[in-house]
Amino acid sequence: MTQVDINVFIGSYPFRDIGAWDASDIVREMLRAGTTAAWVSHLPAIYWRDPMAGNDPLYEIHERDVRLKPVPAVHPGLPGWQAILDGALAHGAPAVRADPTFYGLAPAGPEMQSLVAACAERQVPLMMAVRLEDLRQRHPRDTAGDLPPWALRQLVRSHQQVRLVVTHADREFIEQVHFGSTPQEAARILWDISWIWGPPEDHLELLLQTVGIDRFTFGTGMPLRLPETSVAKLDLLNLDGEARAAIAAGNLETFLSA
Amino acid sequence: MLIDVHAHFYQPDGQRADWAERNSSRLRAGEQMGITRHVASILGTWGRQSPTYFPSPADVRSGNDALLGLIAFHPDRISGYACVNPNYTEHAVAEISRCLAAGMIGIKLAASRRADDPLLDPIGEAARDHGVPILQHVWQHRRVEWPGQEASDAAELATLARRHPTVPFILAHIGGGGDWLHSLRAIRDVENLYVDLSGSGVDHGMLEGCLHAVGVGRLLWGCDITMCTGWAKLRRLEQLLTLDELDQVRWRNAVAIFPAGSLGS
Repeated sequence: MTQVDINVFIGSYPFRDIGAWDASDIVREMLRAGTTAAWVSHLPAIYWRDPMAGNDPLYEIHERDVRLKPVPAVHPGLPGWQAILDGALAHGAPAVRADPTFYGLAPAGPEMQSLVAACAERQVPLMMAVRLEDLRQRHPRDTAGDLPPWALRQLVRSHQQVRLVVTHADREFIEQVHFGSTPQEAARILWDISWIWGPPEDHLELLLQTVGIDRFTFGTGMPLRLPETSVAKLDLLNLDGEARAAIAAGNLETFLSA
Repeated sequence: MLIDVHAHFYQPDGQRADWAERNSSRLRAGEQMGITRHVASILGTWGRQSPTYFPSPADVRSGNDALLGLIAFHPDRISGYACVNPNYTEHAVAEISRCLAAGMIGIKLAASRRADDPLLDPIGEAARDHGVPILQHVWQHRRVEWPGQEASDAAELATLARRHPTVPFILAHIGGGGDWLHSLRAIRDVENLYVDLSGSGVDHGMLEGCLHAVGVGRLLWGCDITMCTGWAKLRRLEQLLTLDELDQVRWRNAVAIFPAGSLGS
């Protein structure tokens, strides 16, 4: 079965020693989790003044292994970001990412709305992470706040063509955005399952029913988190083959072709 | 065998209308994961009539009674910790005796009082006298006061464990939030302190850190309120350990610290 993990990083992490993850580390973990392709972002670059400086390594690993798709960063507050966005498309990036709370940008401010518009016009999805780590365990100096749900609602309303891929969101966040948006707006958001609780809580099971299975896709957050977790929560749902395949890759494929 | 040393169930007098569904869901997921024993607690009325982490004596009794009812219904699948609030010393000690006499096999301390407070000594003495372990809710490196609880961290639990060297203490949910590296440093040389691997945190390197700090002989497997994370850690441990070591974490270490024969053969 095809399984695409859209929530993967290379590199090190400034607040905890996880080593320096390279392509071979990612592929090893992918094989363990039964993942056939991964969308890869650059973890340390999220904290750099210029996060776009981490994009070239993503392109390089993609050239060596086509299973590792680059998700380059675009900082819409830095000069020349439009060229970086065009460069991402030229390298075949399936999406680009921005992490405004880490960049010190207003999460739905004018810079982000400009980026949303540019992504919409170029028909490339924009990926955003609600968080990278649990608030309870962050380093005392890791003070970037979580992405707020109201910002996501504003961004998806700001352009009728924009498509957003959102990682690390929990049930409450997803519900606030989904049911705070029109069906047309909500249909332009795809959520990864990495931060949604499974049994004995019914968060994931419920969301698949209320929000719709077609709005969810596979993601793990590795290497900060064990990729086995997302596999285990799907195993515990006992989905039929069609539903499992949709979350593993089918919904993503449909979203990208829309 | 696979023993979850940190499970919770809900009860009809608690906050949640879906208490029965959640209890069934835990048992159903446990069957799928191969859990042979849920060692569980119910924290009073889970906040309905008194705070979850500061349960009144009446709530403590209500939760423990509900758990005894579940144990009676599932004697081969569920074992219990007697949950007590050490601020009510006399009640706590009596409740421990009552619940253990009724078949419970351990003591659960939430966050009603710091673990190094002298008020916990009567609880430690009761554990010693009855030959049962204490599962202590822990915030991994409490840098600030967290609302709704008087949370303890590993250094405070280590202090208590040193005062009661014959009692096995379980440091709850190493993946439950905070800085687990701090906890592992604090408990490294406290031989009667065991690490429960539960919690929603699934950080890369956490399991390796636990193995390095305390060794396989002081690790206990558990889930707490997220079972997918427990299953994920188990799957990762299968990559890290020999089969013999894996059995230690899955069940043998637990069997060694709970009363003889209480977890099945």
